Amino acid sequence: MAIFTATNPFMSLTDSVEDDFELSTVCHRPESMDKLEEQTKFTKKELQVLYRGFKNECPSGVVNEENFKHIYSQFFPQGDSSMYAHFLFEAFDTNKNGSVSFEDFVFGLSIILRGTINDRLNWAFNLYDLNKDGCITKEEMLDIMKSIYDMMGKYTYPTMMDDAPREHVESFFQKMDQNRDGVVTIDEFIDSCKKDENIMQSMQLFDNVI
Amino acid sequence: MATGVAAWLPFARAAAIGWMPVANCPMPIAPRDNSRKQDELIILNVSGRRFQTWRTTLDRYPDTLLGSSEKDFFYNEETKEYFFDRDPDAFRSILNFYRTGKLHYPRHECISAYDEELIFFGIIPEIIGDCCYEEYKDRKRENLERLQDDQEENKDLKQPNLNFRETMWRAFENPHTSTLALVFYYVTGFFIAISVITNVVETVPCGTTTNQKDMPCGERYTVAFFCIDTACVMIFTVEYLLRLFAAPSRYRFMRSVMSIIDVVAILPYYIGLVMTNNEDVSGAFVTLRVFRVFRIFKFSRHSQGLRILGYTLKSCASELGFLLFSLTMAIIIFATVMFYAEKGSSSSKFTSIPASFWYTIVTMTTLGYGDMVPKTIAGKIFGSICSLSGVLVIALPVPVIVSNFSRIYHQNQRADKRRAQKKARLARIRIAKSGSANAFLQSKHNGLLNELLELTGSEEDEQKLIKSTSLLESQHHHLLHCLEKTTVRTPLCFTLNTHSSAHEFVDEQVYEQNCLETALQTYPSHSPSIASHNSPAVTCCGASGKKNTPLPNANLPLANPLPSHRGPLQELSALHIQSADPLSHTSSRSNLNLRTDESKRVNCKSGRITTAIISLPRPPALAPDADGLHGPPQRRPPPSAGTNIVKVSAL
Repeated sequence: MAIFTATNPFMSLTDSVEDDFELSTVCHRPESMDKLEEQTKFTKKELQVLYRGFKNECPSGVVNEENFKHIYSQFFPQGDSSMYAHFLFEAFDTNKNGSVSFEDFVFGLSIILRGTINDRLNWAFNLYDLNKDGCITKEEMLDIMKSIYDMMGKYTYPTMMDDAPREHVESFFQKMDQNRDGVVTIDEFIDSCKKDENIMQSMQLFDNVI
Repeated sequence: MATGVAAWLPFARAAAIGWMPVANCPMPIAPRDNSRKQDELIILNVSGRRFQTWRTTLDRYPDTLLGSSEKDFFYNEETKEYFFDRDPDAFRSILNFYRTGKLHYPRHECISAYDEELIFFGIIPEIIGDCCYEEYKDRKRENLERLQDDQEENKDLKQPNLNFRETMWRAFENPHTSTLALVFYYVTGFFIAISVITNVVETVPCGTTTNQKDMPCGERYTVAFFCIDTACVMIFTVEYLLRLFAAPSRYRFMRSVMSIIDVVAILPYYIGLVMTNNEDVSGAFVTLRVFRVFRIFKFSRHSQGLRILGYTLKSCASELGFLLFSLTMAIIIFATVMFYAEKGSSSSKFTSIPASFWYTIVTMTTLGYGDMVPKTIAGKIFGSICSLSGVLVIALPVPVIVSNFSRIYHQNQRADKRRAQKKARLARIRIAKSGSANAFLQSKHNGLLNELLELTGSEEDEQKLIKSTSLLESQHHHLLHCLEKTTVRTPLCFTLNTHSSAHEFVDEQVYEQNCLETALQTYPSHSPSIASHNSPAVTCCGASGKKNTPLPNANLPLANPLPSHRGPLQELSALHIQSADPLSHTSSRSNLNLRTDESKRVNCKSGRITTAIISLPRPPALAPDADGLHGPPQRRPPPSAGTNIVKVSAL
């Protein structure tokens, strides 16, 4: 039988097709709900709701970057949210394997929605620090700022100036960079944020999202 | 709103944490979710089959029935579920739409049933997914075409008030509408045949004479042939002029293909008449005779198959064009090759490339006359390749044309079949409608008995009668009864005056009788007088003093068709409309009595009465109950005093 299949050219084609097929339908199952409940600050019911939404959009159990960008772009129809979604993806994908599983998803959400102020600020810093070296440079911030402004799109009032992101980065660094060394470290970041009332207030927004 | 990913909204909101440290202004206050209820399962009971889903699933599309508060109307308190009295199979795809965000069209489902379900649940069909959208659109188009065919035929029947010109046009277009049209149709067909046969026979050698041999018949019996030709052309000219006169749009008619054929058929004769004097152009005159053969195309008015063929060819124009183009290419290639292959051989018939065209065509179409054959070996090889490829090139576009023809032909067949079935369908509808009208009359008799029983106080009989009709029926009949009582001006209706002035529905046959009786009477004048009041009372009302006597009335239930002996009017059903004469108000008599007199007298008389013709083929969806109501409303015009509603009868 093996000889038969080996010599039949058409059969080998179907074999390779099947292999591809297998790879693409890899199914990832999350850990049990109890473990997730321990590790995150969500209740069982909340986990259920989250998982149902997650699985509905990603039946295979993992989100890859394409999918992630597609889902996120549905909330921002006017602008281009792909860059920001990319940064988000990097932030959620903690084990750097190119896909966000349900655990990654839930851990990230747990920190943002149920974490302390410090945790949240930490997470935001992690998002900004693109190369994860512990400090935010002006270039990194500029990239982030551009991606946020891109989400607004072209049709704004008043019309967006081209150097608006750059100016915004300058004002951000003025506020955050206390020792004027051109980079913002995690401590500078948390300190400056805690001093800013607006930022503190806006952090409260996340208490009631779920 | 990204309703499909509504479940990911919390994530999107959480991801906004990246903006917070960057923002310079304070953020707006977030909306509070006050209805802190947990996501719950909703039970949807559709005709007994229970579907369950999360509430949030349904809330994804708030502008549909299930997503909005509209579903509360269907909530059943006792069983705590939403009950819909609809098709559970179709509901499956609708619920799947909420679950997956994609609407699919199940192929086995009837297109109009599915459409109705979508409309009921408030879902627009445009969101059907790409996988099913094409199928849906195709089926919908097919259905529309079918319905359009039906409507077009209905239009034919709905033209009561045609003037002479329009009748003529209709007679020309549809020969089966009247006998005269049919006669005309056959006469013209006969003359077309005569004309064509004459043209053919003209050229047949007619036996030898002493001086010349084998003279064609045309030259031997010139006068006879000329007479026949003249007669045919006269008939055709008359026909063309009549059509031109009757056409609704003369300009469009003159541009249509059939009329051009007509003109081309008769023009050579007239040109020939004009030009017989001039000898120089007699050669051209002979050529013109060729055009007489176009008369055969006039047969396409008589044959539907010919018309279909012509239409098919027109619709397959692109395929035919492709065939022609590819053939031309192949011919040129092979002719060139054959010419150069045969150049060497002596006494070759392939003298030039255009000369080789003839060989190539004859070979490719596998005719093979044999007047030109290749002699060299190379020529023979290429010749065989030529014949093989010819078969292939011709065989390719032909199935497309054939399938097109088949589709159009079947469409026509279907139209004919439906026309044939239409009579049976209409008969069925008529029976259903008359059944319901008769039911009302029956129950009226029973109802009257009911009243008598009430007066005499017999309980058991009353109950028996009440049981025999359903509640729906009895309520409907009560409604019609109320209407009868309403259509009376005098307050005398509640007296026991047996000379009842109320109008009643009557049976069709009784009405006919009364009409015939009253038609025989001569009415003195339209001005009301006591004398004339009596005479119709005597005849139209029949024996006075009996409540049950059917009175001629202005109401004829729409459903009742005219009896079959009035054959040609089968398409029509008559409804009499009373025209209120303003003059009658100024009479010395009391207005009330006047009105009743009017209404009684007016019914069968044709003087001021006019009939409105309403065609029968109403949509079968019309419930049999409703038709009874269509009769009475027509009588509302009289109350709006002084209006003259006059319609010319086509009877």
